[in-house]
Formats: sequence, structure tokens, C-alpha cells
Amino acid sequence: MKRIKVLGSGCRNCANTAKLIESRAAALGVAIALEKVTDMAAILAHGVMSTPAVVVNDKVVHAGGVPAAEAVEAWLRA
Amino acid sequence: MNYLSIFTTLADFVTFRLLGLSGAGKLGDAVHFFVEDITKIFVLLTAIIFAVGMLRTMLTPSRMRRVLAGKRQGPAYVLAALLGAVTPFCSCSAVPLFIGLLEASVPMGVTMTFLITSPMVNEVAVILLVALVGWKLTALYFFTGTFVGIAGGIAIDALGMERYVEDYVWKIRMGEVVETALDNSLRGRVIYGLEQVREIIGRVWLYIIIGIAIGAGLHGFVPADFFARVAGPSNPFAVPVAVLAGIPLYSNAAGMIPVVEALLAKGLPVGTVLALMMSVTAISLPELMILRRVLKVPLLVFFAAFLAVAFVFVGYLFNFVLA
Repeated sequence: MKRIKVLGSGCRNCANTAKLIESRAAALGVAIALEKVTDMAAILAHGVMSTPAVVVNDKVVHAGGVPAAEAVEAWLRA
Repeated sequence: MNYLSIFTTLADFVTFRLLGLSGAGKLGDAVHFFVEDITKIFVLLTAIIFAVGMLRTMLTPSRMRRVLAGKRQGPAYVLAALLGAVTPFCSCSAVPLFIGLLEASVPMGVTMTFLITSPMVNEVAVILLVALVGWKLTALYFFTGTFVGIAGGIAIDALGMERYVEDYVWKIRMGEVVETALDNSLRGRVIYGLEQVREIIGRVWLYIIIGIAIGAGLHGFVPADFFARVAGPSNPFAVPVAVLAGIPLYSNAAGMIPVVEALLAKGLPVGTVLALMMSVTAISLPELMILRRVLKVPLLVFFAAFLAVAFVFVGYLFNFVLA
């Protein structure tokens, strides 16, 4: 089970990022626990200044924009 | 701009041959403007965003923060304004970026300069303005936009407005800044450039189409002397009215450009048009609501009022100088 967090203030790009990760995980059959983090203190505690950002198992893998589907699949397979 | 005439030829073909509209009619005029601008702007935007995106793999927010944190006040303001001009940021990133800069001891005024300049002056607006209205107006827009951003930051600093930052902001402790690994190979840069195109066009296309539709409507259906008559040089209230009208409206700079192009063609004075564009892009209700999460009301009021007054001043100055 991969723990994935989407960090963002709740803007449309953040929702799109979460949706993309969910759909890719379902397509690849990877079990994930997805959490949306909107609390600013929590976002900045991850050292992230541009959102949406993606955290996989407590490691920031992406910041600033909706990630590419290719990249999402690479995180899920890793 | 001869190489852009291909879009005029294309619009001629679509409007007059394919649709069979008359070149003398209002509808034909509006449709021609719409077809020409929509093809021209989307082709230019894609090329610009891709090219700038490839270069920008070097400029990340964390690198920017490091650069600004180590600078003395004066140079820091200029640098913040220039970084604001070349950093694309979705207003949803405004809050974490604001907190991240303050947390790195970047002065409040310098941070605000960045926030003011970023939506108003950016590379996409600059390149589109050059293509559509010429480099002189673009230079005017760039320098005054940057100047207003710097002046606003200095004023906020001089008035000690740090006390109007929400208290929780000062308590946030940022974790170690992560550099997400960037692929700096040519292939990586190309992929990043393409991603930027997808992301930015995905965010702005609707504003651009609305902007072009408004521009086309103005172009085809508003009588040639209408704006010159009601909002021309003889009306002293035209500039403040343009700025006030722009406050609740929001569009990004790229969406505003076709409107600017049409208004200029209708004989509206340059200062009035620049003031409108600055007001629409830099002050808006959605942006104020986002900033409310980190700034208390008095500072927000000052922010909006300062910018409105500055834009009115810019408008009058250019109407006077260029008259």
C-alpha cells in the first residue's frame, strides 16, 4: 500500500492531480491511500512552495503543477 | 510584422471564401478578427510557452528564495519584480510562496513586489504584446508595471505593514526545501516545455477565447468613433472609470491582449487602455480572497487602493505624454 498525499490549497489543479493519481492507480491495480492536504502549515512543513505537490511515502516527488500521467505511473510502479 | 500576415490570409479565406461573409459588413469584420486572433494567439502562445518552459528548468521557487534571501533591500526589490515577471505561478501557489519567502527572511515589501508584478507582467504578455501592438507599447507596459510593483513593495515596507500579516504565518516552520529532481537533458527539457504548454494553455484558454470574443465584438459592432467620443482624451474620468471597471474583473494577461488590441484600434487613448489592462490583471476579487488567507483586511485594502491609484496615475501620464 502506497501512502500518497496531494498538497494544495484546494484549487482546481489540485483536484485534477488527485483524480489523475486515483485513475492511474486503478488502471494499474496498485493499492493506494490518498490524502489531500490543504493545511498551509502542513504543506510548508514538507518544504513545498508551489502547489499542487505530490508526496509518496513521505518523500516529495513533484511540486508546482499537475504532473504528467507518465510520471504518476512511474511513482506507482516504483 | 510580415510573418504574421499568414494569419490574416487564413482569416480572409475562412471569413470571405468559406463562410461567404462580406468584407464590408459588421459580422464579417467581427468574424475576421476572431479567426485571425484565435489562430495567431494560440500558435504564438504554444511556441512562447514551450520555448520559455525549456529555459525555465533552471528557475525553481526554492532557487528564487535562496537568491532573494541573500540580497540587500534595494537590489532585492528590482530582482523580485524581474523574477515576478518570469515566474509563472498559478494564484493557487500565491499563499505557500508568500509564506515560504517570509519564512526565509525575505522582507515583507520585497515579497509584495513579487506578488504584485507576477500576474501583471509576464513573458507571455510581453511577447504577445510585441506581436500585436508593437514593441514601444510593450516596453512602456513592462517598465511601468515593474515600477508600480517596486513602488508598492517599498510603500508597504515603509508603512510597517508586517503587522497586518496573519499571526499564524509567523509561526509556520518550513521543512527543508526539497528540490524535486529535474531532468536537465535535452529530452527532459523538451518534456518539461511540453508539460508547461499543456498546463498553462489548459488554465488560460477560456480567458483567451472570451477575450478574443469581446475583442471581435468591439471590432465589428462598436462604431468607429464611439470610444473616442465617450472615453477619449476630452473625458477626464475615462482613466479612473477604466481602472474601477477592471477591479472586479479578472483575466490573465494573455486573455486581455485581444481586448487591448481592439480598444486601441477603436482610438481609445493608450494610457486608458494600459490602465485597464493593469487593473484587470493585477487586482481581482478572487485574488484578494486568496490573499485574505495570509493578509489582514487593512493591508488588503491598502494593496488594492495603492494599485488603483498607481494605475490611474500611469493612465494619465501616458495619455499626457503620448497625446
